[in-house]
Amino acid sequence: MKKLNIQLLTGIFVMIGIASFTYIAVTIGGARFTQQPGYTLTARFTSISGMQAGAIVEAAGVRVGTVSNIQFDPESYEAIVSLRINQGVPVQEDAIAAIRTQGIIGEKFIKIIPGGFEELLTDGMEIGDTESAVNLEELVSKYMFSGKG
Amino acid sequence: MLKMLENIGAYTLTGLEQTGRTLNLLLLVLWELVQPPYRFYTIVRQIYFIGGRSLSLIVISGITIGMVLGLQFYSILERFGSVNLLGAGVALSVIRELGPVMTALMVVGRAGSAITAELGIMRITEQVDALECMAISPNKYLVAPKVIAGMISVPLLTAVFDFVALFGGYFVGVVMFGVAEGSYMNGMIDAVEWEDVRLGLIKSIIFGVLITLICCAKGFYMHLTKAGSQGAEGVSFITTDAVVLSSIAVLFSDFLIGAIFS
Amino acid sequence: MTDTSAVENAITIRDLVVDYGTRRILDGVNLTIPSGQIMVIMGGSGAGKSTLLRCILGLKKPTSGSINILGTEVNGASTRQMQALRKQMGVAFQGGALFSSMSVAENIQLPLREHTRLDDSTIEIMTRIKLDMVNMLPHEHLMPAELSGGMTKRTALARAIIMDPKLLFFDEPSSGLDPSTSAELDDLIILLKNSMRMTIIVVTHELDSVFKIADHIAVIGEGRILETGTPEQIKMSTNVEIQDLLHRKPRENVVDADAHLRRLVGEEE
Repeated sequence: MKKLNIQLLTGIFVMIGIASFTYIAVTIGGARFTQQPGYTLTARFTSISGMQAGAIVEAAGVRVGTVSNIQFDPESYEAIVSLRINQGVPVQEDAIAAIRTQGIIGEKFIKIIPGGFEELLTDGMEIGDTESAVNLEELVSKYMFSGKG
Repeated sequence: MLKMLENIGAYTLTGLEQTGRTLNLLLLVLWELVQPPYRFYTIVRQIYFIGGRSLSLIVISGITIGMVLGLQFYSILERFGSVNLLGAGVALSVIRELGPVMTALMVVGRAGSAITAELGIMRITEQVDALECMAISPNKYLVAPKVIAGMISVPLLTAVFDFVALFGGYFVGVVMFGVAEGSYMNGMIDAVEWEDVRLGLIKSIIFGVLITLICCAKGFYMHLTKAGSQGAEGVSFITTDAVVLSSIAVLFSDFLIGAIFS
Repeated sequence: MTDTSAVENAITIRDLVVDYGTRRILDGVNLTIPSGQIMVIMGGSGAGKSTLLRCILGLKKPTSGSINILGTEVNGASTRQMQALRKQMGVAFQGGALFSSMSVAENIQLPLREHTRLDDSTIEIMTRIKLDMVNMLPHEHLMPAELSGGMTKRTALARAIIMDPKLLFFDEPSSGLDPSTSAELDDLIILLKNSMRMTIIVVTHELDSVFKIADHIAVIGEGRILETGTPEQIKMSTNVEIQDLLHRKPRENVVDADAHLRRLVGEEE
């Protein structure tokens, strides 16, 4: 009787613990045990200014995917960024991928600016038009030098 | 002056000796882990003792810590006009740092001291010897279930702590100060990555093993120290020692794990 | 009573030396314990009898010397051999050493539950038999904290014999007990020898029980065996220390006045 009671209470404790952990890991931590359905596009940038894999991909301010991989292309001296776009989010052939910053010094993210074409990009294709990161320091120095000269 | 050096030397030696014994105990426990039969029911009872009985304490302290964080972060962030970062601030500090550390410290105070006292008393009343004479390995019967239970209970308690702390922060931020619910929740979800959760998990598992191991070693090897000949008073000494030592071990290893894994 | 030709030695101890730090506790102990009989190891406090017992039980590693129990060499025995040996040994500790979180019955059952695959009802019956032997049957549900001194000792005895061991060790059976309870325990020990044919080793300094239960006595003093023999032989002993012990005389110190004075003023090297 006493034995059963302890086992029951322990079981309840373990279930509460596991439920809390699952909530934190999946809902808050965004752990995916199965990959979210979607497709991968690539984009080339002359500079990504320290953006990291895992950065957010937005369209119209809504999160529609993540940066899954960043590679350096030694031939063109460009960064090749793989974007994981959620299922059901259309990206037109003439859409633009732009690197933006949240606020002045915030995190980098990729903004998808929609195009006008009917044709949509599919898995593995490349977004042709990109806007690289605006380098704040470069801008500032340019402004300062032009002010002097 | 010479006396002082001598004392430092003596302390160092005792410290090393105890560390050695604790590591030795860890090896013995690991050895037991690969040797069936497993004491399922004994482990369940220890999980109940270390985890289940600490649950209410963890819930109360978790909610309090969450509310304190909500309050403090709000008043700081408000100065910079970025209260939308409240959720992110609370969630990150709880999941990465405060959850594992506070839970571990609570478990040290509640269960760790009891473990040391229990094993110490068993040692001085010859109960450990009796087990050995019955051909029952005290490591397997007394120590291993406690360490395994610690390894399981502390991460679970940490998850509960995190959960209620986030709720506490939510309560203060959203309900009391009127931060937009969406910005609190989404800030949290955007800021916290799986890596953060994993860090908290790794920490809490290591803390669980560390606490139970240190507290077990202190009690189990009581007869090898000066306290062994002091009876009940000796038990009170080693209990205090065990609490102090495991708290320091938690804080120090928190730093080490943070440095290694992030 | 026992046919002496059939007597084998249950335990043989050769040149046992135990140091504790710089102090020498046992200094070359030689002792053979015949099987099927009650051997009492007696001696004053601090004579080393507890240390000797702990060595025999394998709880303390001796500095040198050998202990052979039932044909197994304790030093150098593998863990498995030691476990097998221990299943043939039962120990009743001085303070009982009952597990405080378990009831009397649960305490007694523990070795059975750990080492056998018997079903619950068999274990219950075996427990009852042993409890009945030590007159603890009415108290089987009590917790150790609720037991009197005599009850604790009887429970410890029941736990020691639950596996029907070949060897039974009893550490200070009469310590902390009143004379009549102590006498009851002595009767119980004799009963066990006669009914279960155990070799029983009792460590004590209580003279009344020594001469009541012992078949053989080994007197230990200053880390050595002073004399072994039957109770009659020990009574007749010419050894001064044994006579002092038997007649409850305070230990005589050979006083070296000079050395004593020097020790008092702290000049001793």
